[in-house]
Amino acid sequence: MTTVHDVEQKPAVTSLRSKDLLGIAEMLPEEITLVLDTADAMKEIATRPIKKVPALRGKTVVNLFFEPSTRTRTSFEIAEKRLSADTLNIAIATSSVVKGETLADTAMNLEAMRPDMIVIRHSSSGACHLLSRICRSAIINAGDGMHEHPTQALLDAFTIREHKKRLKGLKVAIVGDLLHSRVLRSNIHLLTKMGADVWVCGPPTLMPTEIRRFGVTPTSHVEDAVAGADVIMMLRIQLERMEGAYFPSLREYFSVFGMTEARVKLANPDVMIMHPGPMNRGVEIASEVADGPYSVILEQVANGVAVRMAVLYLLAGGADYEEAA
Amino acid sequence: MKRLLKGGRVVDPANGIDGARDVLIDGDRIARIGVDLPVDGATVVEIPDGLVICPGLIDMHVHLREPGQEHKETIASGTASAVAGGFTAVACMPNTNPVNDDANVTAYILAKAREANLARVYPIGAVSRSSKGELLADIGDLRKAGCVAITDDGHPVATAILLRRALEYAGMFDMPVIEHCEDPSLKGDGVAHEGYYAATLGLRGMPGACEALGVERGVLLSELTGSAFHVAHMSARASLRAVRKGKEAGFRVTCEVAPHHFTLTDEALATPLAYDTNTKMNPPLREAEDRDAMLAGIADGTVDAIATDHAPHHYDEKKVEFDRAPFGIVGLETAVSLSFDRLVHAGRVRLSRLVELMSLNPARILKVDGGTLSEGAPADITILAPDLKVRVEAAKLRSRSKNTPFDGWELRGGVAATIVGGRPLFVNPDTRISF
Repeated sequence: MTTVHDVEQKPAVTSLRSKDLLGIAEMLPEEITLVLDTADAMKEIATRPIKKVPALRGKTVVNLFFEPSTRTRTSFEIAEKRLSADTLNIAIATSSVVKGETLADTAMNLEAMRPDMIVIRHSSSGACHLLSRICRSAIINAGDGMHEHPTQALLDAFTIREHKKRLKGLKVAIVGDLLHSRVLRSNIHLLTKMGADVWVCGPPTLMPTEIRRFGVTPTSHVEDAVAGADVIMMLRIQLERMEGAYFPSLREYFSVFGMTEARVKLANPDVMIMHPGPMNRGVEIASEVADGPYSVILEQVANGVAVRMAVLYLLAGGADYEEAA
Repeated sequence: MKRLLKGGRVVDPANGIDGARDVLIDGDRIARIGVDLPVDGATVVEIPDGLVICPGLIDMHVHLREPGQEHKETIASGTASAVAGGFTAVACMPNTNPVNDDANVTAYILAKAREANLARVYPIGAVSRSSKGELLADIGDLRKAGCVAITDDGHPVATAILLRRALEYAGMFDMPVIEHCEDPSLKGDGVAHEGYYAATLGLRGMPGACEALGVERGVLLSELTGSAFHVAHMSARASLRAVRKGKEAGFRVTCEVAPHHFTLTDEALATPLAYDTNTKMNPPLREAEDRDAMLAGIADGTVDAIATDHAPHHYDEKKVEFDRAPFGIVGLETAVSLSFDRLVHAGRVRLSRLVELMSLNPARILKVDGGTLSEGAPADITILAPDLKVRVEAAKLRSRSKNTPFDGWELRGGVAATIVGGRPLFVNPDTRISF
C-alpha cells in the first residue's frame, strides 16, 4: 500500500540548481520530485473559474520555436499566461539551404531586450546549450533535435504518478523509434533516476548505440517489453523512416511492433497507455488502444500545462521570487 | 654564414644517431655533425641542457585554406603557425577554392609560400577535377608544378574504379595517393562517432566501420595496382587492423594518425562542455578502444606518421549548432606538446620513434627532402624541449583560427626553436636558447 506521496517523492530541495532546464540528465531526483509536487499545486489552478495567478507578473517569456509545434507551444503559452507572464511567440522557419541569421545572433538580439526566460524548440541537438551560454535569461528546452524534451518526460512522470502514486519499481515499456526520439532520452533519464524498471523496444535499426549503458533493458520483441508492464509509452514513427531503410513498410511495422489490444492484454490489468503525440493511428498504435480505457493520452496533454507552469515558476525563482516580490 | 649548434642531444634516426653531437650549419645546408666540432669561425649557439636537436618536423596533412578561404587561414598565417609548432615543412591539402587540380593553382600556392618564406610548403594535388570524383585531374602537370601526392581529401575518391586509375596513374610518377577513407552511405549525415556519447547527446553517428571500409578498399586496390596508398587521419581500430594486414602482406600501404585521435575520445563531446563544436571533426573522436588502438599502432610501428589535419575555421563558423558546424580543428601548434605528453612521457614511444613519426617517415612517404640531419642535407632543424611546461592558449595561436579543444591544457614538452634552410624562424622565449 502506498500513500499519495511516498518516501521517494518527498522533496529534499525547494529550488532548482540550474538557471536553465536543458535536460533531465542534469537533474537530481529531488529536483524532479520538486517539479512534480509543484505541478500538483499548479494543476488546481486549471479548476478555478479564473485560471490565473500573479506568480510571473512582470516577467517576459519568449517562445522561440524553430520547428513546427502545436501541442508543446500551445501548452507553454497557456502555462505562461496562467502565471501572468508577458509572452511573445517567435516562430522561425529554418532551412539548411537558406542561410539566415545565426542562432547565436538571434540569441544575442533577444537577450538585448532582456527577457526573463526563453523557451526554445530547435531541430539541432544542443541548440539550447548554445543559447544557454549566450543568454543570462533562463533557457527552457522544449525539444532539441534528438537530444531531450524534458518537460514531456516531466509531464509523463506526473501522469504516471497520478495514477500509480509512485514511479519506483514500475515496469515501463517504451516502444517505437528509439533512435530519433528526444522523448525517449528524457524519459529514460527521468524514469531510471526515479527507480522505474525501463524496457525499450523497437527494431534494431532504430536502437541507439550502447542503449544498455542508459540503464534500460532493450528488446526487439514487443511481447517481452509489454509483459507485466505497468505503463506502455508509445513513440511516434516518422513516416519518412522507411526511406532510410529502417524498416520495410508501415504495414510490417504495425504487424511487428504495433500496439494492439492483444498485446496490451499481456501487460498488467491496470496498465496505462501513453503517447506524446502526434499519433499515427494504425502505425504504432491501434485506434482501439489509443481510444480505449487504458489510454491516458489526453490526460498527458492536460497535465502538460500544470507541469510547464511548475517549471516556469521554479526557474523564475519559485517561492524565493514571490517573497521578494 | 656558419652556425654551430653546440651541446645538444641529436636524435636522427635515419643515421642511427641518438647522443651528444654538435651540428654545423653552413648557409642553408648541414655541413657537419660530430662530437665536439671545432668552432672554426662559426657563430656558436649554445644548446641548453635537456634540449634535443632533430631533423625538421614535417606535417603531411594540413589545410592552409588559400586560395579561397583566407578568412580561415592564409599560407602566411598557416606557415607561421607551422614554425611556431616546430614544423619546418607542411603538405597542404587541395580542397581550396578553386581546388588544387590545376598547375596554376599549385604555382599560386608555391608563390605565396615563397612570399611568406617560412615553413616549406609541399602542395598536394587533387585526384579528380574539382575533386568531384569524375575525371582525373592533370596529375602529370600537377607533379611538374610541384605537387608531391594526390588526394580528394575531405571526401573519399568517389568510386573504386577512379581510385584504381588514380593509383595506377600516379604510380607512374611515384606519387602516393592519400585517401580520406570513408564509406559515404555509412557516414550518411553523421556528425560524431556512433557510440554512447552521440547516443546520449542525440547526435547522428558514423561508426568506425565507415572509415575501415574505405581503408579496406584502398588496401585491396594497392594490392591490385602495386601503387602506394596512404591512409589519412586514421581513427578507427578496424582501420588499423586493415593497414596492419596490408603491411604484413607486403602491400605499399602507409598511414597517419592525428594527435587528437590519440589523445581524446568521444567523451569530449559531452564534457567538460557539451556540444563543443571544437570536438567536431571528421573522422570523429572515437571511443576509448579506438584511441587505445591508435596508441598501440603508434607504439608497435604500424602507424607511420603523426599528421595534424590542421583544419582552421573562423569562430563564426564554429559558433553554431553542433550539427551545422564545419568539421575540423587547428593542430600545428599543439602537435609536439601532445605527442610528448601522451606518447614519449607516457612511456609509449622513445624520442627517436617520435622523430620517425613526425619527420623521417613523412619525408619518405612524400619523397621530399628532409627527415634527416645528413651532411649536405637542407638545414631544416627542429630543436625540441622535452620537459618544457606548456600551457595551450587558443587566443595566442599564430594560426588565423583558434578552433582547438585543447585551450587551457597543460602539457609537458614543446618546441625550443625551428630552423628552416639555416634560418631560425621561431625561437621560443620560454626556453633558454638564443641565436
